[in-house]
Amino acid sequence: MTATLTETARPVPVARGYRFELVKLFSAWRIRVLVVACWLAPALFVAVVSEQSSLPVDTLFGRWMNATGWAGPLVMLGFAGTYALPLLTSVVAGDVFASEDRLGTWRHLLVAVRSTRRIFVAKALASLTVIFVLVAGMAVSGAVGGVLAAGSRPLAGLDGHLLAPGDAAVRVLLAWVCVFAPTLALGAIGLLGSVLWGRSPMGLLLPAVVALVLALAQLLPLPVAVRLALPSYAFIAWNGLFTDPAQLGPLLIAVGVSLGWAVLATALAYLLFVRRDFTNPARDGGGRRALTLGVLPLVALLAATAGVVAVATPATGSGIGLDKVQRSVATAFAHLYRLQAGQLNRPDVTEEQLAATAACTKGDGLVEPEGPGNDWRCVVSWHLPGIAATGSAIYQLDITSDGRYVADGDGPKEVNGYFQVRTPAGDQPNPLWQFDGNVELLTTTKG
Amino acid sequence: MMDTPAAVRARGITKCFGDVVALDGIDLDVAPGGIHGLVGPNGAGKTTLLGLLLSLAVADEGRLEILGTPVGKTLSAPGGVAGFVDGPGLYPSLTARQNLAALAALRGGDRRTAKIDDVLGEVGLTDVADDRVRGFSLGMRQRLGLAAALLTEPRLLVLDEPANGLDPAGKKHVHGVLGRLAAGGTTVVLSSHRMDDLEALCSEVTILSTGRVVFTGPLGKLSAENGELDHRLRTSDPEAARPLVAGAPGIRLAEGDADAFVVRALVPALDELVLRLAKEGIAVRELAPVVSPLEAAFLALTEQPEAGR
Repeated sequence: MTATLTETARPVPVARGYRFELVKLFSAWRIRVLVVACWLAPALFVAVVSEQSSLPVDTLFGRWMNATGWAGPLVMLGFAGTYALPLLTSVVAGDVFASEDRLGTWRHLLVAVRSTRRIFVAKALASLTVIFVLVAGMAVSGAVGGVLAAGSRPLAGLDGHLLAPGDAAVRVLLAWVCVFAPTLALGAIGLLGSVLWGRSPMGLLLPAVVALVLALAQLLPLPVAVRLALPSYAFIAWNGLFTDPAQLGPLLIAVGVSLGWAVLATALAYLLFVRRDFTNPARDGGGRRALTLGVLPLVALLAATAGVVAVATPATGSGIGLDKVQRSVATAFAHLYRLQAGQLNRPDVTEEQLAATAACTKGDGLVEPEGPGNDWRCVVSWHLPGIAATGSAIYQLDITSDGRYVADGDGPKEVNGYFQVRTPAGDQPNPLWQFDGNVELLTTTKG
Repeated sequence: MMDTPAAVRARGITKCFGDVVALDGIDLDVAPGGIHGLVGPNGAGKTTLLGLLLSLAVADEGRLEILGTPVGKTLSAPGGVAGFVDGPGLYPSLTARQNLAALAALRGGDRRTAKIDDVLGEVGLTDVADDRVRGFSLGMRQRLGLAAALLTEPRLLVLDEPANGLDPAGKKHVHGVLGRLAAGGTTVVLSSHRMDDLEALCSEVTILSTGRVVFTGPLGKLSAENGELDHRLRTSDPEAARPLVAGAPGIRLAEGDADAFVVRALVPALDELVLRLAKEGIAVRELAPVVSPLEAAFLALTEQPEAGR
């Protein structure tokens, strides 16, 4: 007998699988609601808040929201890094595999596509696309809302220097691009959770839970090497784009770490997925062994990254030292003094002429001037051309463990007290009254 | 000269899940162009076997050929194999038409509306083509699953419990579709717990029990091997018929009431009884198995306690 051999059916190309996954994702009402929300809500929020007299001053760049439209998307970025992006990645990447378990459609999909590898790639790319659409929506919407409400005006950076509107726009864009890296890491963790836990809600919640744990970790007085090894540090490190010169070292390390996590978590999810037995009715997730295989490599990556950063960079301890604080406060003060002079129609004076310096103590000098705390006190001194006397002003600093601080003017009130100044954008608080700044945890730039 | 290969040829197929032996060295031949039924109690290995036919998994031991092609690894079934196990895979947020269109686009096949309309019409879902699947009943989902399989114009169609949840109209549609497919040369392998459906549809059946084949072959062979069956007999004159029935050779009167008897006999003895009744002027108004031959065989071969004889 001669058999008539039939060719094995070829797997479906990834491009078709990708389109199929996009159709499924965008057919879900929750994804459509998220897309609309991400493209509209930030614009509305920024536009409304920018018109208020009471601004969200406890959020970075919040105090500048009615001065320039470029502060709005940065306020949104701060909010997104803490809350929105973990939740978005949970809903999209955390559910992209689990939804097939919930609907009981795995076997149907496997018969149709004929390749677990291609299914994985198509699903990963489709969820990445949706996450990109959501993140891009938040960035664009926040920027449009801000510019429409407050105009495209110069933005004061974290060291007080003014960024021209075009420069501010580019840096806002770069900041959102950089934040896409930790978002990818959370997305990959979502894929991993979705593969590991199947239809269990744990898979859906994993990115949000991991993001919460990482956010809490950033609040702790961790050694700087460990802080930079966390995949969420890029949610903070984008601040360095708004100093002059930009603090690129920590940002590049943070982006690299985030991408490393994204690659490793995706690879782990892939390995677990292609090894899954879809005919065993007793298993929809990976089981305890898979859990170990999925989690241990990420813990090892964290430890290895912390070790490499500790060895390769000069940073030790918290990264917040006396010299850095004094330099940061003096620099920001000089830039903002110049801004204030312009707003008060006083003669222009350069930062070099001011030659501002700061002398800081912590805990009234009773403790070592190192690390975070709200007990920092700085006396800033400066000179004006043609005046022999040295000006001085006092600031109370609240420095958080990630290096950000709020400097609160403590006199003299003519210099750093609260009063309104007239600006092209309307009346604004005295820029020297309260300002945000940051201490670069790694000393990689000279400023 | 080329011979047409068997649609399915399995030899010594064994499949285990941990310590559980789902299939234990089964042999199976399914001829092309017919409807082959797969029956067995829960846990007999039907779904596992259907999964192997769709190459969702591979056997731990044995050799499996589908449409003449050896299947040695997962997802390597030849083209022309379609179907579903454990219910059809459908996406509730899409309409019936969108489900089919997305599937057609995925396979790179015919995306034309006409083709999709055709298969929706074949399974009787034209009226709800633009409704979301979320609101579909189980029977409607089964029919849509069948429509999805039809889109691929399969040569081997594998269906797991396709009659689940079907109302009489839906069943009629599905039976009609399967009959037409088989007439057109497509091989259909389906599992079901509905013996009446299988008897109405299948030319051959395989009975599985605890992972082993206890019978495979044509339904007629099953009846012949099945021995005596209980039949319900109703005549025009029960009083006159009773002594004739009681005295007929090869006939045992199991029970009876004023209107009808239940007699246990082989088919030839029943034929003889009918002739004798007719000769005495007694009309036979009903003579039918109390339990269908397939169901009786199923109960007997799978050692169910309430075997129908």
